[in-house]
Amino acid sequence: MTAFIIRRLMQSVLVVVVMSLIVFCGVHLVGDPVYLLINPQADQKDIEAAIRALGLDRPIWEQYLYFVGGALRGDLGNSFIFGEPALKVIVQRMPATLELAFAAIAMAIVLGIPLGLYAGLYPTSPVSRGIMATSILGFSLPTFWVGLMLIMVFAVMLGWLPSTGRGQTATFLGITTSLFTLDGLKHMLLPALNLALLKISLVIRLTRAGAREAIHQDYIKFARAKGLSNRRVIGVHLLKNILIPVVTVLGLEFGNLVAFSVVTETIFAWPGMGRLLIGSIQSLDRPVIVAYLIIIVLMFVVINLLVDILYSILDPRVRLGEQSA
Amino acid sequence: MPFVRTTLVAIAIAAFGLFSPALAQDLRIGLSAEPTAMDPHYHNLTPNNSLLSHVFERLIENDEKQNLIPGLAESWKAINDTTWEFKLRKGVKWHDGSPFTADDVVFTFARAGNVPNSPSPFIVAKGKTVTKIDDHTVHMSTAAVYPLMPNDVATIMIVSKKNADGASTPDFNSGKAAIGTGAFKLVKFTPGDRIEVTRNDDYWGAKPKWKTVTFRPIKAGPARVAALLAGDVDMIEDTPTADIERLKTEPKVELSQEVSNRIIYFFVDHSRDVTPFAKGKDGAEIKNPLKDLRVRKAMSKALNRDVMVSRVMEGVAIPASQFLPDHYFGVSKKLKVEKYDLEGAKKLLSEAGFPNGFKLTLHGPNGRYINDVKIAEATAQMLTRAGIETAIEMLPPGNFFTRASQGGPGGVPEFSFILVGWGSGTGENSGALRPLVATFDKDKGQGASNRGRYSNPKVDQLIDEAMKTVDDGKRAELLGQATDVAIEDLAIIPSHYQVNTWAARKGLKYKARSDENTLAMGVTE
Repeated sequence: MTAFIIRRLMQSVLVVVVMSLIVFCGVHLVGDPVYLLINPQADQKDIEAAIRALGLDRPIWEQYLYFVGGALRGDLGNSFIFGEPALKVIVQRMPATLELAFAAIAMAIVLGIPLGLYAGLYPTSPVSRGIMATSILGFSLPTFWVGLMLIMVFAVMLGWLPSTGRGQTATFLGITTSLFTLDGLKHMLLPALNLALLKISLVIRLTRAGAREAIHQDYIKFARAKGLSNRRVIGVHLLKNILIPVVTVLGLEFGNLVAFSVVTETIFAWPGMGRLLIGSIQSLDRPVIVAYLIIIVLMFVVINLLVDILYSILDPRVRLGEQSA
Repeated sequence: MPFVRTTLVAIAIAAFGLFSPALAQDLRIGLSAEPTAMDPHYHNLTPNNSLLSHVFERLIENDEKQNLIPGLAESWKAINDTTWEFKLRKGVKWHDGSPFTADDVVFTFARAGNVPNSPSPFIVAKGKTVTKIDDHTVHMSTAAVYPLMPNDVATIMIVSKKNADGASTPDFNSGKAAIGTGAFKLVKFTPGDRIEVTRNDDYWGAKPKWKTVTFRPIKAGPARVAALLAGDVDMIEDTPTADIERLKTEPKVELSQEVSNRIIYFFVDHSRDVTPFAKGKDGAEIKNPLKDLRVRKAMSKALNRDVMVSRVMEGVAIPASQFLPDHYFGVSKKLKVEKYDLEGAKKLLSEAGFPNGFKLTLHGPNGRYINDVKIAEATAQMLTRAGIETAIEMLPPGNFFTRASQGGPGGVPEFSFILVGWGSGTGENSGALRPLVATFDKDKGQGASNRGRYSNPKVDQLIDEAMKTVDDGKRAELLGQATDVAIEDLAIIPSHYQVNTWAARKGLKYKARSDENTLAMGVTE
C-alpha cells in the first residue's frame, strides 16, 4: 500500500510539472496582463516600469526557471493583481468553496441514493417514473439558467431566501464556516442546490441502474432465501455492492465541485475559489492560475487515492498494491 | 402582574425593534468590480479609487461632474510658474485621533509612486518636489511649467505618516494601516466577499447619513439586479443596459444616471502604408486606404450614431462628437455629432478611389465595455452598407490590448481598425488628447495609448502649448483647438459616450457621477 501511494505521488509530480509548463506558456501566449492592470492614463515609461516590476520583461524560460526555483522553496509567486502570495489568495477563498461543495455532495448522497434505490426497486411505479423524468431535467438544464431561476423564484418573487453572497460564519472546533449559522445555511441553500442538481440526477441514475442489475443476482436471492429481512438485504447486501461506481463518480465530482464551480459561484456572488479562477484568467493573473491548477491537480490525486482506499473497504477483493493505477 | 410585565417588555422590544434606526442607517451596495487592495496607492484603477474614497481623502476632490473642489486642502494657487501652494485644512483628525499635518502630505507623495508589487502605481506623485512650509502649508514644485498640478493632486489619497510609514499593502488589507481622514472607517476587508465600513463620527465635513456601509462585489449583471430586487442590497452600480427599461417600470426601484467621461470610439491605422487588415474586394493587398481622410470621413458618415444609441445601447448612451462630453474642461465648443449620410459616404469612397469599397477587419475586446460585441456587430453592418465590407474579430481583453498596443512587427500596434474606449481620468481634455492623439513619443510620455499612431504636428504643437499655459481660460481654448484639428482630421472616429446607471431601492437617491465612482456619501434617502 505504501509503494502504491508513493507511486501515485511521483506520477502527480510529473503531472504538476507538465501542467505548470503548459499553463505558463499558454498564459504568456495569450497576452500581457499589464495593459489590463495599469491605469490607462499611464505613459510608456510607466508601462515599461510595470512590466519590469512584474518580471515580465524577461524571456519566458527565465521566468519559468525563476518560478520553479521559488516553487521548490514553497513560494508560488505573488499574484499580479493582489500583490500577495498566490497561495494565500487562494487559501483565503478555499473554505467558502469547500463548504459549498460539501453541502452539494451531501445533498447528492442524501437525496440521490434513496431516490435512485426506490426507482431501481420499483421501476414501474409512477413515483419512479416521476423521479427519472425529473432527473433528466437535472441533467439537461444549464446551471447558469437554473441558478438565475432559483434566484428569481426563491429570492426575488417569494423572498424566502437571500439571493447572493455568503452568510455569517461561526467557528467551531477551529473550523470557521457558514455551515454553523442559520444565516449561513440560508445563504447556502440555493447555490448548493444549484450545484447539487446535476449530481443528484447522476447519483439517482447510477444507483437505479446498479439496483436493477443487482436485484436479480444470485447473492440477493440467496440472502432472501436465508430469510434475511428486506431491510438488511437492501441496506447491506445490495447497497454495498452498487456503491462502488457511485463512490468513484462522487469522488471525482467532488473534485470538480471544488475546482470548477465557476458558474454557480459567479451567479451567486459566492466568495470562493472558482470566481477567483475565472477572474484570474480574465485578467491573466498567471501566478494565481498556475498555483490554483497545481493545488487542483494535487487535490485530484488525493481524492483518487481516497476513492481507491474506499474501494478496498467496500470490496475486500480489491488489493491496492496490485493496481496499475 | 408578571404576565402584564412580560407582555409590556415584549411590546417594548418589538416596538424598539420596529422603530430602531439601526436598520435605516445601514446601506448595502452591490459592486460590479472588486477592489484589489485597501492600500490607496497600490492600484490606480477605478474600483480601488472609488472604494477607498470612503476611508481616505485627497487634498483636492472631484465633484460628481469632475470639477475640482477643496478636500483636505482649503485652497491652492500657483505662486510662480513651477510652484503651487496648498493651504491645508486645520482641525482634521485621522481615524486614530492624531492630527493631520503637512508631514502626512510630504510622506504620501514620497510613498504613492513607490509601492512594491504595484501593478499600476500613482506615477503622478513622481517628479514633484513637496516641501513643508508650516504644519498647514505645503509647496509642490516641478522642473518645468505644469498646469495640471491640481488635477494630479486630485488623484492621490493622503495617508497618515504615523500609521503608513513602513506599512506594506497587506498591512492596509488587514486594516492596521488603513487609517484615513475620510467620512468612513474601514471595519473589515474580506477579499471576494465584502468590505465593511462604519461612520467616522469625528469627521470634519458633512456627517454621512449611514452608520455602516457594506460593499459586496457581485460581478454578474443579472445577479446584481436580482440582489437588488430581492432586497439583499440597497443599491447597485453598473446596471446592465438590457435591464434598464424593465427597472424603469419597477415600482420598487429608482434609477440615477449621469453621462460618463468614457467615450467609445474607433482608431484606424494612420501610419503604415500597407495595413494588414484592409484588403481589396478580391482579397489582394492594397495600399492603406485608412490614411485617406476621405475614407475616414466616409466611415464616420456611414456610422448611424442614433441607431447605435437607441438600439444597441438601448438608450443608455449619448452620440459623441469629440473626446469628452460638452461640460468638461478644454472641450471644443464647435464640433457637432457627424450626421448619418450613407450617400455622402459612398460618394467620398468613390472620390478616394474605392467605388467598390474594400475589405476591412474590426478588432475589439470582448466584455471590456458595455455591449462591446454588439457595438462592433452594428458598426460592421453599417460600414458594409456603405461598401466597406467589414468583418469583426472580438478578442479576450488581455489578448486584445497586448496585440492592439504592441502586437505588430517591431512592437507596433497590430490591427488596422479597432474599437476601444477611453475615460479621461484627469477629468479634463488633456487627459484624452495627450495619450490618444499626440504623437507616440516615449521621452515626452505622450501618445502611450495612440494605437492608431496618429501624428499631426499641428495637434502636437497645440497640446505642447496648452501644457505650458497655467492660465485656465487660455489652456481650455488651446485644448479645444487641438480637439478641433484632431477630430476634423478624424484622428479617432467617435461613436458614443457611455451613460452610467445606478439602481437603488425606492426612496434612495444617488448623486450619479461621471467618473463611475460609487460613493455612499452621495446616497440620500
